[in-house]
Amino acid sequence: MYGMGILKGLGVTIRHFFETYAEDIRYSGRRYFGAKSDFSERQGIDTRGVYTVQYPEEKIAVPERFRFVPFLVVNDADHPEAPGEDWCTSCGICSKVCPPQCIWIVRGEDPVTKRPIPQPEAFYIDTDICMNCGYCAEFCPFDAIKMDHDYELASYDRTTYHIHDKARLSKPFSYWMSIAPTTANEEARDRGSWEHTDVVKEKKKAGRSAIAYTPTEDPAEVLALLKANAPKPEPEPEPAAASSTSAAPAAEEASAPAAEAVDADKAARLAKREAALARKRAAKEQSGE
Amino acid sequence: MTDQMLAPAQTGTIENAIAFLKARFPDSVKDDARSGYSGVVVDKLRLVDVARTLRDELGFDYLSSATAVDYLGVSDHMEMVYHAYRTSGGPALVFKAQTERSNAEVPSLIDVWPGVDYQEREAWDLFGIRFAGHPNLKRILMWDGFEGHPMRKDWREAYYEEEHKPFDSRWPRGYARRAEELNVYGRNVRYPDDLDLGSLKSDSAEESLYTGMGLGIDVSAYETEGIKTDKLVVNLGPHHPSTHGVFRMVVTLDGETVLSLEPVMGYLHRNHEKIGERNAWLHNMPFTDRLDYISSMSNNLGYALAVEGLLASGARYVPPTYRAEAIRVLMVELTRIVNHFWAIGFLLNDLGAFFTPALYAIAEREKILDFFEATAGSRMMCNYMRFQGVAKDLPERIRSTANLLNDRVRDFNTMDYLTELITERLPRAIDDLDRYLTDSEIVRSRTIGVGYLPPEMAIAYSTAGPLLRASGIPYDVRRAEPYSIYPDLDFDVAVRYNGDIYDRYLIRLDEMRESVRILKQVLPRLEKSHGESIFSGNKAIYMPRVPVGEAYGRVENPKGELGYYVVSEGDPKGPQNPWRYHVRAPSFINLTALGAMCKGHKVADVVAILGSIDIVLGETDR
Repeated sequence: MYGMGILKGLGVTIRHFFETYAEDIRYSGRRYFGAKSDFSERQGIDTRGVYTVQYPEEKIAVPERFRFVPFLVVNDADHPEAPGEDWCTSCGICSKVCPPQCIWIVRGEDPVTKRPIPQPEAFYIDTDICMNCGYCAEFCPFDAIKMDHDYELASYDRTTYHIHDKARLSKPFSYWMSIAPTTANEEARDRGSWEHTDVVKEKKKAGRSAIAYTPTEDPAEVLALLKANAPKPEPEPEPAAASSTSAAPAAEEASAPAAEAVDADKAARLAKREAALARKRAAKEQSGE
Repeated sequence: MTDQMLAPAQTGTIENAIAFLKARFPDSVKDDARSGYSGVVVDKLRLVDVARTLRDELGFDYLSSATAVDYLGVSDHMEMVYHAYRTSGGPALVFKAQTERSNAEVPSLIDVWPGVDYQEREAWDLFGIRFAGHPNLKRILMWDGFEGHPMRKDWREAYYEEEHKPFDSRWPRGYARRAEELNVYGRNVRYPDDLDLGSLKSDSAEESLYTGMGLGIDVSAYETEGIKTDKLVVNLGPHHPSTHGVFRMVVTLDGETVLSLEPVMGYLHRNHEKIGERNAWLHNMPFTDRLDYISSMSNNLGYALAVEGLLASGARYVPPTYRAEAIRVLMVELTRIVNHFWAIGFLLNDLGAFFTPALYAIAEREKILDFFEATAGSRMMCNYMRFQGVAKDLPERIRSTANLLNDRVRDFNTMDYLTELITERLPRAIDDLDRYLTDSEIVRSRTIGVGYLPPEMAIAYSTAGPLLRASGIPYDVRRAEPYSIYPDLDFDVAVRYNGDIYDRYLIRLDEMRESVRILKQVLPRLEKSHGESIFSGNKAIYMPRVPVGEAYGRVENPKGELGYYVVSEGDPKGPQNPWRYHVRAPSFINLTALGAMCKGHKVADVVAILGSIDIVLGETDR
């Protein structure tokens, strides 16, 4: 009969209409007034009907791997050994692998010797140009640059606010753990420690053992681990450069006068070797392998 | 495909076909002897004859791609590269015609394959190659007042920094600055010397376009069937909700009836291919997301396949693992469903059923995008595939943690989520849409018999995807030239025979059901390969060395055949960038048939016919 097709279609429409309210009855209003955990129940795998998220009063939580403009990982402010220390070594891989070339890095330099030190002097990301591809985080060998979850970056003046500098980009490690606990755990497992790769290497060289990886999703627990393992006798924190570096001739030189027992000749040889190694590594990085 | 018996020459291998050509044209057809290249180089004087022989005697009836390459500094010539296929399946016969760079000219193949129309116009626009015999050779993506041909290697863009990325200014002395500080807005455009800018500000600028259609802009009165009517030129678009983006159709009308229609495009042109050639190989992956932004996963796969085609000739290449391929297929088929939901939803919008069907159609898309977001990190700009694998394995759990930014949490087991989605939710949604629309008298009366595209024309116009298959040609790259794990999977190539809007709607439903069928077979494969590696290359390599040569990677995208033609001139010590990066965009080439399909229909039908092609302007304009 002519018109049956339309009636059938209208049947679908009315079912959709009722389904929406059926879900409200099924969860008896918990969606609107209940605990926060009800929200996941409401948008579970088998729910039917549409729902509205009242943005910005409420937001759908983004999954761990969600990626928005990158940020730089730094040690927490109450880190026992090197508070606020950059994880970035200014190796430049992120700026090379960046497809729209929005990352600008000024490599750190020793003020006396003018040799590069593994710390960024300045770090800029032009968020107008960033395409949120996540390559920088994917290819960073030090887990030092990560994709953020904070997508509310709108501002009234793009020329003033949209090039993020190092201060704006830096966020503590505990923040990274809070937005992506699973990934942070996987990375720490691969590094073998909750500490930075270079710190692990350096501790090994100094004969100390780095803090082994133990699975946890709580940043406070990691901090407690760090504090428990911090060297006790030191009354004041070490100078920043000495605590995190591996390919650091500059650091070697800075600490050389302090360590009086070290033979000066031996130190010079060591520095030379380190510099050669750093050059080799840099060449390798440049060629991409 | 027709039922007639095929001559032996029409079913032989590519080698046989090349031998046949060389015997027929002994002086004009030569093997492409360059290392890493395949196919034949044809003397341009005999190009049309060779093309006709290919089509009529050897059965290569489908010209997939025609594009140009500028070999400045390598061998200093221009080259047109054609990929011809048989609609019965099998690999491509690649043939090339070379021409000098100054005064570049190649005969047009438009009489053999009308589908090269826009592709030749694009090659003229971007490379400055003239096509002798092309009836309407004018710019297609750039505007008329544009100076130069931007894809030539010696052309530089306004914000030019360096020949190749990565740029030296970024590290180690990267003091950030904005591009516009170097080249202030307003001074970044060059005009040809002979261009009178004043004339472009008047209406007469449109004259060239209209005269190209053989009309002129004057409204002329004439008589039909005793009624005196006016011939009227109307612009549909560029800013019009029915055009799915910034797209214009210049329509000549007799009353409400369309006499002729010409698409005008390029409003979203960003010279994707030039950017691609400045980029390093890996840099291009996130840019492909932005082509057909509804189906970024499939775009990724096409590019990965093309580059893998080049990498495979290198020494240390390990093909992707089975798990990586299974994940790729999972993503691509989910993308197909997303795309067809959108296509059907918007087709109904175009028919005037404003947004209720569209919203019903995309409700389940939300679940798929949630899965993409949890796996790849982004809902639409996925950037998920890598050469030799995928970026990350599927997460154990689809999980959102409550933190400073978000207060709501979710936590599902990924495989449970996928199983529920694939076995319950998606089939239900597809059936729902079917019940909702298929029998509706309004839909049927608006779509049946409208926008008819005969099968022989569908092939000749190089249309692809649902448009081709709804016209009765069962051509699907997944079967015609299988890639990934499709040979292992059991599915049918959907085909419909009426070639109208209704069949294009139905075929999308069919294809979604076939996709669900594929997905159901992928699920156990994922379970079985759990724990297997998802990437078989070296994770630390961010500038892969790509061996010298050419490759054409093509996939059956939801909108049709998406092909990437890539050329590597890789100097192992030099920059690792594609020499040529071309995108064979299905939306772009499918539009070639639009004018023919719309002729004789009403204005309101034009909108529906355009909707049934399912274009995305990010891909059309590139």
